[in-house]
Amino acid sequence: MSRATRWFAVRQALSKKQVTTLTVLSFLLPILLWSLVSYVPFLWHPKVEIMEPGSIAWFKPGMLVDRADFTEQEQLATEQQAALPTGVRSNPIYLPAPHEVAMAFYFAFTTEPTRSSEQWLHESLWHSIQIIFWGFTLSSLLGVPIGVLCGTYVAISKLHEPFIEFFRYLPAPAFGALAVAILGIHDGPKIAIIFIGTFFQQVLIIANTTRKLDVALLEAALTLGAKRFQLLFRVVIPGILPDLYRDQRILLGWAWTYLIVAELIGTSSGITWFITQQARYKNFDNVYAAIIMIGIIGVVSDLLLARLGKRLFPWEKEQVKV
Amino acid sequence: MTQIELPSYLEQSAPVRARFDKLKQREVILEVKHLGKQFNSQQGLVTALKDINFKTHRREFVCVIGPSGCGKSTLIRILAGLESPSSGQVLLDNKPVFDPGPDRGMVFQGYTLFPWLSVKHNVMFGLEMQGFTKATAESEAMNWIELVGLDRFADAYPHQLSGGMKQRVAIARALANKPRILLMDEPFGALDAQTRSKMQENLIEIWRNIDITILFITHDLDEAIYLADRILVLKANPGEVEELIEVSVPRPRHSGQFISPEFLATKKRLEELIHPPTTDDDADGLHMIRMAHVGDDVEVME
Repeated sequence: MSRATRWFAVRQALSKKQVTTLTVLSFLLPILLWSLVSYVPFLWHPKVEIMEPGSIAWFKPGMLVDRADFTEQEQLATEQQAALPTGVRSNPIYLPAPHEVAMAFYFAFTTEPTRSSEQWLHESLWHSIQIIFWGFTLSSLLGVPIGVLCGTYVAISKLHEPFIEFFRYLPAPAFGALAVAILGIHDGPKIAIIFIGTFFQQVLIIANTTRKLDVALLEAALTLGAKRFQLLFRVVIPGILPDLYRDQRILLGWAWTYLIVAELIGTSSGITWFITQQARYKNFDNVYAAIIMIGIIGVVSDLLLARLGKRLFPWEKEQVKV
Repeated sequence: MTQIELPSYLEQSAPVRARFDKLKQREVILEVKHLGKQFNSQQGLVTALKDINFKTHRREFVCVIGPSGCGKSTLIRILAGLESPSSGQVLLDNKPVFDPGPDRGMVFQGYTLFPWLSVKHNVMFGLEMQGFTKATAESEAMNWIELVGLDRFADAYPHQLSGGMKQRVAIARALANKPRILLMDEPFGALDAQTRSKMQENLIEIWRNIDITILFITHDLDEAIYLADRILVLKANPGEVEELIEVSVPRPRHSGQFISPEFLATKKRLEELIHPPTTDDDADGLHMIRMAHVGDDVEVME
């Protein structure tokens, strides 16, 4: 077999075609599994959806009952020679079929909200994105400079890092009630939770990245006549920029993980409000649509940022992804 | 096999002696006085360098060699100001130096070009640090890039260059500051043999054409003899000056001289100094038979 067609060589690059195939498969396989469970009636399907209640008084058309209950009632009706109920096997309400979610995905953006006070899905999403944006921006405005300074000057590091190291173990949601008391019930406390969740990690990660800059570059700059602040602005910062950018991308992902908790604080809002509201109405297809939406936003924004990174830092060697 | 009769390494032909006489008349650029360096390590206080004394004259090419662990890198780092000595002094133009500065250019063994700057901007870096305008720095930088023969690569980034090209840029970058002395810490150590000898030729060429004094660290004896006017031989534990050898190989140097009697005589002397005859209980002198028997009975076989 030629090298290119080998699939399981330890840490060897695959051909472009192989990579594309695997990427498509990585999404296709879960969808396939989901479809199998949804569309093949004898796979799982623990419930029965009632078509005709027959003689069973508590059955209603469209009702979901356990399969055991249905057979029991069916037997009872047979013994009493009463009208038999009919039904089809189905999955629980919390597992809608792929096509239902796909439709919900489409209708979520095209149907008006049921109540005038409610928001469209895209409005909810937009609100969530703004929360993330402000939380992450505020955190970065403070966290990036402090992190860089900690990584550059030992004195600053020793002053900040011990406390930050302690603080990062405090779970951000624990500050929810406090944030509401201080910042009110609207967007303030939500942004604060994203901030708390991101900031402390950010300082430590960026300080570490800064420390990883090859000390030989600093020494070279010194022998070329660079002085204190020139070292910081002309060597340290440009030197760590690509890694710092990569850190920021990862941290942005973390900020998203705090979103759902943050939005439950005070008045629930944004995509979280949409999800909890739809779950309450048992519109689980909408719930899945919204969750998938978050995933898509995450992946697409990260892809765009990765592309942008390649443009911004042309001196970076091709990163080999293994 | 018959042993070739070699002259003494101390024997100098008339032109070579005349050259050394003239060289010693020139002003002293760098003077090292009673330099010592001690480290605190887990084994206690370690003396890396002990009472080092030497002078380099203007436009002289000095090589420093010695066995590994003799402190040659520590020495050059102290000269560059990247480390401070425990005792003694470094004088540049008779003035003591403490910190790193553009008056002592440095070329490191590892590639220390700034990866985010193009070749041109790497060479401009030092000039900009000294406050030259962008335009001046750029035209000056281009001269130096031309000197090392990389004008076609002025806009390339370091990762696009080969190892030899990177070191040529590093040399141009250091020289652009017009330093009084160029310190080179095994600059060609990571290069393959062919590139290395080409770089040596290049360096000699540059050195002949401009007013620069060079202090060059290496562990390659041929390299030292080929390049140097004088070779400072250090010994290890502690790092002390063993001998300061005047290389009797006439200039201009060329690769044909590698088998000349002067070259071989100098090399023989250096080998004696650096690889003294080993004794039986020397760890380096492990017998093959001992290597072959790994296990409980690793006894010395008499």
